[in-house]
Amino acid sequence: MTGTTRGRRRTRGAADPGGRWLPRLLFLGPGVAWWVLLFAIPVALILLYSLFTRGPFGGVEYRFTLRNFERALDPLFVRVLWGSLQTAFIATAAALLIGYPAAYFIATRPARWRLPLLVLIILPFWTNLLIRTYAWIVLLNREGLVNRTLTGVGLIDEPLTLLNTRLAIVIGLLYLYLPLMVLPLFAAIERLGRSPREAAEDLGAGPVRSFVRVTFPLTLPGVMAGCIFVFVPSLGNFIVPDLLGGGKAIMVGNLIQAQFFQARDWPFGAALSISVLAVTMVLLLVQARVLTRERRLAARG
Amino acid sequence: MAHRRRSVRALAVLAVIALVMTACGEDDTGGGGGSDEGPSVPLEDQTLTISNWDAYTPEGLIESFEEETGVDVTLTLHTTNEDIVGKIQAAGGGGFDLVFVSGNYLQTLVDQGWAAEIDHDQIPNLANLYPEANELGYDPGNTHSVPYTWGTTGLCYRTDLVETSPTSWTVFHDPPTDLAGTMTMLGTNPWLLEPALLSLGYSMNTTDAAEIEAATQWTIEAKANLKAFDDTTFYSELAAGNTSLAQAWDGWCNYGIAENPDIEFVVPDEGSDLWTDTMVILESSENKEAAHAFIDYVLRPENGVAVAELVYYKVPNEPAMEQLDPALIEQFPNLGMSPSELLTYESLQDPGEAITLWTDAAAQIKAS
Repeated sequence: MTGTTRGRRRTRGAADPGGRWLPRLLFLGPGVAWWVLLFAIPVALILLYSLFTRGPFGGVEYRFTLRNFERALDPLFVRVLWGSLQTAFIATAAALLIGYPAAYFIATRPARWRLPLLVLIILPFWTNLLIRTYAWIVLLNREGLVNRTLTGVGLIDEPLTLLNTRLAIVIGLLYLYLPLMVLPLFAAIERLGRSPREAAEDLGAGPVRSFVRVTFPLTLPGVMAGCIFVFVPSLGNFIVPDLLGGGKAIMVGNLIQAQFFQARDWPFGAALSISVLAVTMVLLLVQARVLTRERRLAARG
Repeated sequence: MAHRRRSVRALAVLAVIALVMTACGEDDTGGGGGSDEGPSVPLEDQTLTISNWDAYTPEGLIESFEEETGVDVTLTLHTTNEDIVGKIQAAGGGGFDLVFVSGNYLQTLVDQGWAAEIDHDQIPNLANLYPEANELGYDPGNTHSVPYTWGTTGLCYRTDLVETSPTSWTVFHDPPTDLAGTMTMLGTNPWLLEPALLSLGYSMNTTDAAEIEAATQWTIEAKANLKAFDDTTFYSELAAGNTSLAQAWDGWCNYGIAENPDIEFVVPDEGSDLWTDTMVILESSENKEAAHAFIDYVLRPENGVAVAELVYYKVPNEPAMEQLDPALIEQFPNLGMSPSELLTYESLQDPGEAITLWTDAAAQIKAS
């Protein structure tokens, strides 16, 4: 759509102020209702709960306290949160390293190949998450496929302990969220098209230089989106650490889940959730900053 | 305990959402079969909403009860004790007529005034219970609950993979070299601290901060010797030989024995816990007569047999245990454990306020 069409629409709307509320409501309504009911209210509730006292059998007593946040600063929880950030970061970095070439490959195929290739990327999503995660238990076991292959080839003598380690958690998260990295990257790379690279090469840049100076910076929004899509759910995941970490390695999601389901301490669980949310928000802000600066630099350059 | 732990963890996510949604004060709709009937309604016009763990109700039991009494039964499933207590709480103490819940959680329901008193006159089949089943610590005299299954926790191990048969909980802390790295412990409370507490000579129901702290340190030291904490797959891991020895509920060890006869179950010398899963009628139920009739029906010997054959757990039903196929007890020796033996173990109780100590201990162990 061109700028002129958009401009004309806006003028027409201005000429008819308030007259179009019904269609607006009709189109906006479901989205807003969804957002309010399933996002704003739950988050507000969590925030509210985190400021009250725990009921003796779960639930909350409406007595204001800041103790939950005090407890969230306990070295134990800070350590687990820090470990979770590291795990999520490693999974995200690995997803980017694998996802970028994959997205690049797909985006540069002839158009008729792109859809089938993308479908292959999304295909694992059609299988139940638990079944896919259980499959990794089978693969990573001491007697599992990975160990048997490695011993069979003669690379190792004794089977490695792969399951119930942080490595297993990273593998599980990476596997789970890789499609979320590939899709935005694909969109960014495809939208970019071939011409910027060709221009760079015409101006004498080699393939490495044209990638580092042109292609990668221009697809940075896609990179950022992919990283967020992988990092945020990885940070809060508790199923993967539960199944692949064997309880020997845990993430902050497990602690939060335990507060709700074992300790019956909703307010403290809520406070931990808010803490994770706050950390995520800070990271998103940093990311937005970086992106704006890059854009400004790009515009200037 | 029951199949709750085999339950799919993802359901927990949904449950959290459901809890949060219902906790904002909406009326629950599942309750009381949705009728306005008073207690004077004839039995065949009453309805029952029952919640039990998945795969914990013998096939056909509900249908034959409906056929015989005319009561219309809706069976819903819960995944954990916490799950069902949360649902009841979210509904302000209602939502169901009858729920299956473990003894230590029943105490929560009683303390909140949500559990109805059992009218023993309406359940003649209570006479089938072992006398011992009337003196369980969480509800002496069965005033608010009727036991459904009971059992204990011990060591479940592969006789062909273990050089000397284990006899003590200390095996996790000081294992023979052949076992290090091939053992699993249960990862949820109160069982997570069980090997430590019993090795150190403390109570399974301790609320003492110093004792819990000592048990936490003991368990952190033991963690280095473990393959994993495993509540869900230990019996298949044993059967497959990936695990040599596991802390296990007796009935779940039986699932492993069913797959691999080299597996044996032993209660360590230090003793163990006694857990009970119970049937509880909620105070808010408007169909208490039907609920009592249902409990009476479950306590019939043939239905007790059906439960034991389904879940390989002991039922506290004397004629049922006597009618049990001896071949089954031969295959799963812990089914033959006598009630008096079970009662030497400590009945699990609700830790009350000390629950936060227990959860913090679990977090500390897992995060170390």
